[in-house]
Amino acid sequence: MQHAASSRQKIQWRSRGWLAAAVCLGVIATGCGSDEQRTVRLVTHGDWEMSSDVLEAFTSETGIAIEVLDGGSAAVLVNQAVLTAGNPVADVLFGIDNTLLSRALAADVCVPYTSPNLTAVSPGLVLDPEHRVTPIDYGDVCLNYDLLAFTDPPPPSGLIGIIDPAYRGMTVVQDPTLSSPGLAFMLTTIAEFGESGEYTWLDYWADLRANDVTVVSSWSTAYFDRFTGARSGGDLPIVVSYATSPAAEVLFATEPDTVASTASLTEDCFRQIEFAGILAGTPNESEAQALIDFMLGQAFQEAIAPNMFVYPARTGTALHPAFGTAPDPNATTMDPDMIDANRERWLAEWTDVVLR
Amino acid sequence: MTRTWRLVAGAIPLVFLLAFFVWPLGTVIATGLTTEDGSALGRVLGDSSLRGIAWFTLWQAAVSTVLTVVAALPAAYVFARYDFRGKAVARALTTVPFVLPTVVVGTAFLALIGPRGVLGTDLTGTVWAILAAHVFFNMAVVIRLVGGLWAHLDPKLEDAARTLGASKWRAFTQVTLPLLRPSIAAAASIVFLFSFTSFGTVMILGAPRLATLEVEIYRRAALFLDLPAAAVLAVVQLVGVVAALMLYGRYQERHAVEQALRPARETSRRPNTAGERLMVGATLGWTGLILATPPLVLVWRALTLRGGITLNAFTDLGAITSVDPASAVANSVGFAFAAMLVAVGIGLPAAVLVAARRGRVSRWFDTLLMLPLGTSAVTLGLGFLLALDTPIDLRSSWIIVPIAHALIAAPFVFRSTLPVLRSVQGRLREAAAVLGATPSRSWREVELPIASRAAAVGAALAFVVSLGEFGATMFLARPGAPTIPVAIFRLLGRPGLVNLGGALALSVILMVVTTIVVLAVERARPPGPAVF
Repeated sequence: MQHAASSRQKIQWRSRGWLAAAVCLGVIATGCGSDEQRTVRLVTHGDWEMSSDVLEAFTSETGIAIEVLDGGSAAVLVNQAVLTAGNPVADVLFGIDNTLLSRALAADVCVPYTSPNLTAVSPGLVLDPEHRVTPIDYGDVCLNYDLLAFTDPPPPSGLIGIIDPAYRGMTVVQDPTLSSPGLAFMLTTIAEFGESGEYTWLDYWADLRANDVTVVSSWSTAYFDRFTGARSGGDLPIVVSYATSPAAEVLFATEPDTVASTASLTEDCFRQIEFAGILAGTPNESEAQALIDFMLGQAFQEAIAPNMFVYPARTGTALHPAFGTAPDPNATTMDPDMIDANRERWLAEWTDVVLR
Repeated sequence: MTRTWRLVAGAIPLVFLLAFFVWPLGTVIATGLTTEDGSALGRVLGDSSLRGIAWFTLWQAAVSTVLTVVAALPAAYVFARYDFRGKAVARALTTVPFVLPTVVVGTAFLALIGPRGVLGTDLTGTVWAILAAHVFFNMAVVIRLVGGLWAHLDPKLEDAARTLGASKWRAFTQVTLPLLRPSIAAAASIVFLFSFTSFGTVMILGAPRLATLEVEIYRRAALFLDLPAAAVLAVVQLVGVVAALMLYGRYQERHAVEQALRPARETSRRPNTAGERLMVGATLGWTGLILATPPLVLVWRALTLRGGITLNAFTDLGAITSVDPASAVANSVGFAFAAMLVAVGIGLPAAVLVAARRGRVSRWFDTLLMLPLGTSAVTLGLGFLLALDTPIDLRSSWIIVPIAHALIAAPFVFRSTLPVLRSVQGRLREAAAVLGATPSRSWREVELPIASRAAAVGAALAFVVSLGEFGATMFLARPGAPTIPVAIFRLLGRPGLVNLGGALALSVILMVVTTIVVLAVERARPPGPAVF
């Protein structure tokens, strides 16, 4: 998520090494020269956001610096990890979600590690019994709408609501092949309508297309550029976003005491769990383990909601009042193996019905 | 040059091409044709939406080619037949769009006909945006290739036809056009090739609804990890690429032999009548409008994005947190230097060797070295991912990016130095030999100094090619190490004016650097036939 606000710790990729790198061109090596400082490299997706004082706390506690590498979208990130399994570009991977989990586990991307902090995590979030990945946060992908746009007609009632002609041309969704909330929303429709029967999920999407749904390539474009509720010049009052998005609008409002002017539908949501894992083949396994412990620690977990707008995996973590109460972490999700077995086919079918 | 040196000069590029071109590409083809589950071929060929993508790729490339030729022929004519003030500069400027990174072209058209574009109509996601970008990008090919031949055609042929009573139009269609046909076909096949394998512009202007095969190969491989299907698509695309290259090769050879050519300065003159001046002015105006509007709009949008003319988009680059522009610039420059060194290391020995020997081996070598330029960058990137994990896994090493760039850039070094070396090796070397120099001394003291200027031109071109490369880099860039084009693409996918401003500002920077290098190259280039 990209509710840009807090200053971000973005440790610069060491660019001064470049002249040296150009010189040692003939040498096939993954690094020319190394630092004395112990460093752990965290590769994550473009929506990663964490306050710098939290990351600095890790360095002052452990003496280990964190280098954050942007690996693009979550799917590209996991695919690259699969392709370079055993010879990783970083030590820790954060951003595998339950829709990509089976693929990462099947390719032995991560090595098992049972963090002592795992005992504080709700058992419903621990999807890998071998602990090759560790749950860090979870969130629900739901339809959001702009409260100010709906007095007449009333707010949409859910998935079925937005195919009503009264809501024609009002909804913006993300391309599920490119965006993880987009994928989550597509999976919601599959869970809801199924693949067989009189009215399948593809019939639903055909109706949604007939009702002039707008498809964009990223969550941020959908939310900030097209959604009227973001108050940044959008034109569509219904968007696929997170259950926490209305809280974010309050938290980052310029006026104090703002009340939420957007709302999230609580029905028809998709549960996304995000995991971190230690990449197989890392030379810095103990540093990587320290980082996993830290990510499940109190300080990091408390910073998750205000930075990344999802709920912390650790039970009993204090939550800013704007977020209300976190949904039950043990709610059932679609089986990752089922997602993995069908994802490509579903995406191809979706593309056919919605885009072509 | 001794036999040993010749062997070394041949071995370096040969080993490089075998390891980083033939092997990866062979792996793609093998994967595409013999997939493990044996079903990818049938799955892809039986998929109606993929057939739709293949058909779209084909027809948009064909339409782009026709539009480009039609739009560029008047300018080719005017540059060939008329002299006017500032002609050299004007001709150099027409080349600039062709060398602009595709991501910059996409961003410029986004500023023109995008959702917040200055024209106010959003054409993104329609074929019109893609066609317009392709015409803009490729006009230089037609102006250069067709205009280049046209300038050397004897105007007396057309005059004779006129004297014999043919109308102007008839003289053009029955005399000039048939003589120009080989160069038009050669130019058209290159335009077709670039439109057929278009990636960056389609990613930016066509998404999410429109996709070329090149985009679909990327989606299948990078997003779905469906490498067999990506490989099948790459093979399908290669068929089209090879067809276009063969057409080009055929017409290249023909246009090299058939005609008695005149020096360009004898065939061009100043426009005499008011009608001619009007025609020259109108043609230059029309061409300038097509070629100058997108870059100027890009600069204008970068300066005025947040109202008033400010440099905010540039000064705010440091404040962008989602992508780090400073490290993208550092990465790009580092990769470009490394790629340039490798490209010179490959292209220069190859040029020396091919210039020294004529014959079939030399021609094969020439073709092999030029092939990576015609191969789609995304296919190369895919090949690197599929093949370069043994014996050393290079896939997670940074070095893979400059190697891919060098592969695409080496032909520029090769082609810039080859004609010069060829001309040197005839008379000059004989003269040196007559004066008593040994072959190695004449190489060191005569050929090398002359060739080094040409090599510098090639190196500069290699540098900008690497700076702008997008297709292969999207596959190969390591997490945390984006290049400028990758950073521009990521910024375009992010919300808000700061990110859009950052994409525009980086595009302007890349455009300015590219333009400066290309104009400098135009000045420094030794006289003679220019291929690029």
